[in-house]
Amino acid sequence: MTADFDSVRLIDVSRHFGRRRALARLSLGLSRGDIVGLLGPNGAGKSTLVGILATLVTPTSGDVRFGEAHAGTHGPAIRSRIGLLAHELHLYPELTARQNLAFFAGLYGLDAGAADAALERAGLADRADDDVSGFSRGMRQRLALERALLHEPRLVLLDEPFTGLDDRATGLVSERVRQLAAKGAIVVLATHDLDVADGLVTRVALLREGRLVEDAPAAGGLRARYRTLVGTR
Amino acid sequence: MTFARVALLVLRKDVAIEVKSREILYTTLFFAASCVLVFAFALIREGRPPEEGPSGILWIAIAFSGTLALGRTFERERYGDTLRALLLAPAPRPAIYVGKLLGIVLLLLVAELMLVPAVALLFQAPLFARPLLLAGLLGAGTVGFAAVGTLFAAMLVRSRTRDVMLPILLYPITVPVIIAGARGTSALLLPSPDEATALMWLALLVCFDVVFVTLSLWTFEPVMSE
Amino acid sequence: MKKAFVPLTIVVAAMFAYAPVLIARADYEATMGLVQKIFYFHVPSWFVMFTAVFICGGASALYLAKGDPRFDRVAASAGEIAVVFGLMGLVTGPLWGRKAWGVWWQWDARLTMALLVELIFVGYLIVRKYGGPGSEKLGAAMAIFGTANVPFVYVSVNIWRTIHPKTTVVPTLAATMAIPFWYSVLAFMLLFTLLMTLRLGLERQRAALDELYLAEDDDV
Repeated sequence: MTADFDSVRLIDVSRHFGRRRALARLSLGLSRGDIVGLLGPNGAGKSTLVGILATLVTPTSGDVRFGEAHAGTHGPAIRSRIGLLAHELHLYPELTARQNLAFFAGLYGLDAGAADAALERAGLADRADDDVSGFSRGMRQRLALERALLHEPRLVLLDEPFTGLDDRATGLVSERVRQLAAKGAIVVLATHDLDVADGLVTRVALLREGRLVEDAPAAGGLRARYRTLVGTR
Repeated sequence: MTFARVALLVLRKDVAIEVKSREILYTTLFFAASCVLVFAFALIREGRPPEEGPSGILWIAIAFSGTLALGRTFERERYGDTLRALLLAPAPRPAIYVGKLLGIVLLLLVAELMLVPAVALLFQAPLFARPLLLAGLLGAGTVGFAAVGTLFAAMLVRSRTRDVMLPILLYPITVPVIIAGARGTSALLLPSPDEATALMWLALLVCFDVVFVTLSLWTFEPVMSE
Repeated sequence: MKKAFVPLTIVVAAMFAYAPVLIARADYEATMGLVQKIFYFHVPSWFVMFTAVFICGGASALYLAKGDPRFDRVAASAGEIAVVFGLMGLVTGPLWGRKAWGVWWQWDARLTMALLVELIFVGYLIVRKYGGPGSEKLGAAMAIFGTANVPFVYVSVNIWRTIHPKTTVVPTLAATMAIPFWYSVLAFMLLFTLLMTLRLGLERQRAALDELYLAEDDDV
């Protein structure tokens, strides 16, 4: 059932909402081991792009391929290889950490052991049976990250994963991302935090008003490059 | 991931949340009770209930409480955008719909366990004359109402005007359910209960259920995708 | 459809111009006299309304299944026309009822059923306008459910009303009145086609305008 893929390709993808063009003729290729920094000002289309990569948003034109497969025909199989951490975190505050993970583990066809292992990795094993509503933002973020990675997805989509994290937590998340890429995942990291991204990403994809303005290997000096291409307005 | 497993997983999750906070349960029950009381104060004159009152009031209370419960249930999925996470999972999307539907039906059935004795008491209505038929009408009617309601509430989750939009869309479509339920219940309240009529309305409700659950299963995925 | 527009307009205009002549010449109905003639407007309105309802439901189903925006445009146009002609029927109905039965509204089975379907499609228009992003799909679901509901509304309202028979029976159609009646139906259906053409044209232009806005974006 699982359709593993080595690459993800967006071919001339556009998406509009009525008269507003969110993405315009975007072409992008992603391979295993990539940590792609998706940068751009607010409203540039980063979240829409992440949505399309997650197969939750359908492009109005263009093609999205996971390996050789289409999201349209192989939906569930492809979705089983995708993990998404969005700003909203996708957690049920009324349930405990363990219950949240166990639910999603079940949904992905994993056994309860996967939930326990994820709790360990999140460093929340001692708070496993506390309601998520009592967690700080940082704790929720760690839990949400592990929830997204429960099924060891091939494509990892992280939308602003560093929001509200302190220095130590940011370091832990960065390390986790490096491990994922080292094990062969494709990581897409949408963020405003240029300094963290600078040391972490292997490629930079810069969006501006729905267009891909730059797609190049990372070479340091991210903030300066960003300012030149996007401006400081 | 089998269809039934996913639906039950979603149902168990909703029950687990409800068991902890009991927020939707208590608020729905209390709302249903106040609904019935409002009708009582508005319609009872000199201690005598209106003749055709009880069956209509019962079904109106179910419809109003149901709308409230639907809104609250999907508000929960909106909070952490967990609905998106559910749609992202490799599980078959209609199974998610069925899981939510079962949760709503269960909640409404619990509310009806309170409503039926309350209406019987306050309006002096012999609702327990034919308990099996009444249970059948309530069951089939609840499923029909909830089937359409769950789909509409789910599709309105991202809409800003969802609170007012749900009743506007739901009530006209579920009028046949209300008619069938209320008329069927009325037939059972007659001095000599008219079982044949009640059975006819029950048959109509079952047809409605089959058609609209099927339609909802077909339309859930296209309607929920962005 | 565009080429047929002018001849269609002429035909419809001519038919509507001639209609009062035909209607005036038609036989008077026994019990109600002149008032009954509102029937030549009332019933054809329903014909159009329900045709529009089924077109809207069908197009909506196709839209959800295939995703082609042309189906959505047909559904939007048909939905609006359904509401307009439904309103005509719901106004002429009580006008007739007031004169024929003495009361404006008597929960007559057919009028009630039409009212329900009208409410459903008003809901359709509301959800298309205020539903927020993706409201085309929300509307499509509403239209499909509304159309599927028509048989249920018909059965439940009919039984609901006939268990307490109180209404006078709507007169059955006498042969001498058949000609003006079917003429009226034809005139209304042609008017419907004309309006659909106009409305669809409007939708197409709106879509073309959207494309132009988006294309302008492209060249930046």
